[in-house]
Order: sequence, then structure tokens, then C-alpha cells
Amino acid sequence: MSNLAWIFVSTVLVNNFTLVMFLGLCSFFGVTAKIETAWRLGLANTFVLLLTAVGAWALNTYVLTQTPFLRTIAFIVVIGSGVQITEMAVKKYFPVLFRQLGIYLPLITTNCAILGLALFQTSRHYNLAEALVFAIGAGVGLTLALALMASIRERIEVAEVPVIARRMGLVLVIASCLSMAFMGFAGMGSVP
Amino acid sequence: MTATHHHGPPAAIQPSKSTPAWRLLLTLALAGAMSGWLVVTVYKVTLPAVRKYAAEQVNAAVREVLKAPARWDTLYLVNDALTRTAPDKADLADIPKTYVGFDASGNRLGVAITAAEPGFQELVTLMIGFDPKSGTLIGFKVLEHKETPGLGDKIERDTAFGGQFTGRVAPLRGVKGRAGKPPSEVQTITGATISSRAVIRIINHAVARWRPLLEAWDRGRTQ
Amino acid sequence: MTAVPSVQPVQPAGASAFVPGSPPPATLAADIWRGIARENPVLVQFLGMCPTMAVTNTLANGIAMGVATLFVLVGSGLIVSLFRKYIAHEVRITSYILIIATFVTLADMILAATFPAISKALGPFMPLNVANGLLLGRAEAFAAKVGPVRAVADGFGMGMGFTLSLVLLSATRELLGGGSLLNQDILGPRFEPWVFMVMPPGGFLTLGIALLGLAFIIERRRRRTQEAA
Repeated sequence: MSNLAWIFVSTVLVNNFTLVMFLGLCSFFGVTAKIETAWRLGLANTFVLLLTAVGAWALNTYVLTQTPFLRTIAFIVVIGSGVQITEMAVKKYFPVLFRQLGIYLPLITTNCAILGLALFQTSRHYNLAEALVFAIGAGVGLTLALALMASIRERIEVAEVPVIARRMGLVLVIASCLSMAFMGFAGMGSVP
Repeated sequence: MTATHHHGPPAAIQPSKSTPAWRLLLTLALAGAMSGWLVVTVYKVTLPAVRKYAAEQVNAAVREVLKAPARWDTLYLVNDALTRTAPDKADLADIPKTYVGFDASGNRLGVAITAAEPGFQELVTLMIGFDPKSGTLIGFKVLEHKETPGLGDKIERDTAFGGQFTGRVAPLRGVKGRAGKPPSEVQTITGATISSRAVIRIINHAVARWRPLLEAWDRGRTQ
Repeated sequence: MTAVPSVQPVQPAGASAFVPGSPPPATLAADIWRGIARENPVLVQFLGMCPTMAVTNTLANGIAMGVATLFVLVGSGLIVSLFRKYIAHEVRITSYILIIATFVTLADMILAATFPAISKALGPFMPLNVANGLLLGRAEAFAAKVGPVRAVADGFGMGMGFTLSLVLLSATRELLGGGSLLNQDILGPRFEPWVFMVMPPGGFLTLGIALLGLAFIIERRRRRTQEAA
């Protein structure tokens, strides 16, 4: 399996960003009550992930070569401002999309998935092409997890569950089952 | 942060609708300067300890995979050729390098390199010691892995598996059951075939990649 | 929805009647206790889920992440509170993030210098703590509106609550998943490690069961008071 293909398969399935790497859990638990919103949030995330991959790569290559210790600060500030600029641009040019995504965009700033992407692509020394594939894989993996969770939760809404399981407890047990299912993909990249 | 404009600090310190831009910039610049100063100070204080630990880790690994060399040289891979001088970069960890080990009387024992490739779950990183002339393995050490605890992580803990590589000649071939006579055969771990094969694959690829480089380096030195 | 970071506190229906301002006055003990129990970051508010899940496979990692987060909460709470009157409203989020990122970086570097093995095991999840909704949430909702003493007390309480939750989860996972605690064998050689627990699904399951247990206790208490009434 080629390197880029391995990165993609690994990020979507084997090491799914949300279910195995635990990135983006806040939105995974918070915004997955309806499948419609889950899709939109996944889309917004993928968009910001792609921007982040390019931004983090540029920072690593051109700005932070001598000062790796400022990485975390630089990343989060750039992501924070990047999200705000995206928000303003979407608000101005795509007002309909803004009404749908608006409240999720600021949430993305404190979404571990975005900063996680930047940090993991750094610690794995990805080049630009690898980082972009990583970002797309992360976005697809995230959307997949969100959509799976949301479709299950929509069913649970109308199901008869014990009182104690009406809140997050049951959601976490479901997440555990989903995560276990994804463990089945392990070994995919390692065909000799 | 649109929704947050409705509430805010108490009325007493409620800023006027338009704080002048220079004040915003000043706030951020001051905060940035203070944060930068703090981080740089602590970085300088902690750097020796961090460097010392990293060096100790490398030393221990090189000593293990080359079976206790008396001393070793570090060669850096720059533009597809080995060189003794380290490139000017803050983070030398990114640059591929090889450690050339010698015994007490100055004979070359072998070289140690690090290599990483996908294992069962995540990348497996190895340090591999081998003789570049013959491709004979001296030893290897698992530096990093996320293999399944109790199964795949035996590539690190199973001494019977790790020990059999010494004296074998790359390219290796993994076999289930007892390894046969040929010097290229090693026995995979029961229940962790994929992880074992990943180790074998990493070693084969790494030896194949580094042997020509080291031969070129040797030729350059004898001329 | 509870899991949304409290960056944007929910506005009551009659927003005009809601007087924005400092949190209601409370004793220092109450400020500390709130974070440990009633508003526990992990078990009640579901904040900081990424570090909670990702690092609680061993007790040592859980303690390290908990203590580091406590340090960041106290430090950033103090600074945010001290400078709360000078930070302009428009740039406050950026300023808070900058302050938090600074303390996280400090914690990361100090951990790397003192406990390098744990630091390596945590990897990028340590700096990733910047995106922990708990940190920005406390800066925005509490530290920015009270004096430094209360801000530190709140940070300490929330940090303790976070640490205790992580200790609970990581001890359970290491004990069942490896038969050990802090790498010391506890359950003996005859115990077959329940490897599932130290792998990712085990993290979700452990917290899920903890939450179900908590909900059970709360529900039972509610029924008792109802019967008494």
C-alpha cells in the first residue's frame, strides 16, 4: 500500500480520528442528536481541517524551523483567527450556509480535532501532500463517526430505555461499540 | 463568537462599543510578548534535561543493537549522501542518520539506523543494527509502537523472537512454526503474525535502503 | 446540550431580564467544592473528553494529565483574573487562548524535563490540552468575572475534579486491562489481563459505566426524596 493511501485508510478506518484517536469528541457527543446537523458539522470540520493542514505545514516549514517550542501557541492562535475569518467570510458570502453552520464554527476553535491534526502532522513529519491527505482522511473519518452516531441516536430518541441511560451514559456505551467495530480494521495497512 | 456579544463583563467595565484598534493590538502584542518571554525562559531552563534524556535514549538503543560498541560516529543523510557534519537545523531529530559503531581496537562492528513503517495499528519504529558489508543483523530494538497489548507488543517483549535475529542475513523471511536452516528465516510470533511480519518488513526495507548509501560512503573514504 | 463547551453560556429566555455579571458570591470552600462535585468537569459537564479518553489507559498518564491541567487552570485563571479589566472585550477570546496555550506549553516542557517517559507516552495529547473546552470555559465564564483569589480557588477545584475523574478512570482501566497500578503488578500472574480496557473502546466503556452508575445514584436519591415528600 502506498504511503498516501495508507495515511488515508489509516485516518478514516484503522485509526479513525474520533473513535480510535479520540479527537473531536466534544462535537461527537454534543452535536450528534440529529443526523442533519452531524453532516453539516462534519462538512464544516473538513473545510477547516484542510485549511489547518496547509497553515500548519506552512508554519512548520517557513516560520517555526528554529523555534519548535512556540508550536502549540502559534497553531492555536492561527486556528482561532482562521476560524473567525472563515466565519466572517461565510457570513458575508454564503448567508444561507452561515445560518446552518454559524453556531458550529466558533465551536470548532476548541475542537481537539483541528489542533490535533496540526500536532499529529508535525510529530509525524508529514509533507504537504501527506498533510492534505491526512486532513481529508480526518474529515471523512470525523464525518463518518458523527453520522453513525447521529443515526443511532435518532433511533434511541424513540426507543424505550431505562431512566438512568437517558443521558450520556448510553451514548458512551454506544461509542464503545462503534470504536470496537473500528478496531476490526486494524492490520489493513500491513499486508506484507 | 457572535452569540457571546449579548452578555459580557459587568457593566462597570463594559467597554464602549468601539475600543480603538490600537488598544486591541496593544493588548494582543503585550500578551504575546509576555507569553513568548515566559515560554522561551522555561524552554531554556528545561532544554538541557530534555536533550540529556533524548541522548540517553539513543545511547542505550545504539549500545543494545550494536552489542556494546566501544564508541560510535554519527553520520547524517543529506541530499541522498552521508556526511559527518550536521545540517544547520534546530530539530536534528527529523534528519535520517546512522550510527557507525567500532570496537575497542577500532574495527567497525556495524551500523545502527532507525526506520518506521505501519504495523498492525500504527507506525512501528525500530532501531536496527547490522553489518553493511554482508547484511548480517546484529540486533534490533523497538523504539515506538502501538501494537495490541498482550499480542502484537510481543515484538518488543518476547526475547525469543527478538533474540533470533542476531546473525541472520537480510532480506529476511518470516515463517510460522520453527525457523529452518537458511540464514534468512525467522520465526513469527504465534497470534501476532502481522506485527512480526511488520518487523521483518521494516528491517528488510531499511537494510536495502541503507546498504548502498553506506557502500558509497565507504568508497568515498577509501579513495 | 451539556457537552457543548461553555464558551457560550445559554441565554435565558428573557435575556433582557438577565443581569450579566459576576457569578453569585460564594465561600472559597464552595468555589473549590463545586468543581470537584456538583460541576465535575468530566462526570457532569463532559468537558475535555479528548484527554480524558486518550490518556487514561494507565494511571501514571492519567495523573500526569490531571495535574498538568490543574496547573494550567490555576495559572490561566490567575492571569485572566488579574488582567480582566485590561483585556478588551473584542479580543478576549484570543487573549484567553494565548494565556492558556502559554501555560499548556509550560506544563508540557516541565513534564518533558521531569518525567520524560510519561511525556513521551502522552505525546501530542499534552499540547492538545489547549483545545480542552474546560480551560477556555473557566476563563470565560468564571475567571474573567471574579477576583484572583476566587479564580484560583475555582481553577483548583475544577483541576481537582478533573484529576480525580482521570484517576478513577485510569486506575480502573489499568487494573482491569493490565492487572497493575502504576506499573506495579496488583492482581498477580493468574489474572488474565482484560486487554480491551486499555484499548480505545475500553475508554468509552469505562466512562459510560461510570456515568450510568452516577445516574443510578442520582435517580435513586431523587426517588427517595420524592417518596419522602
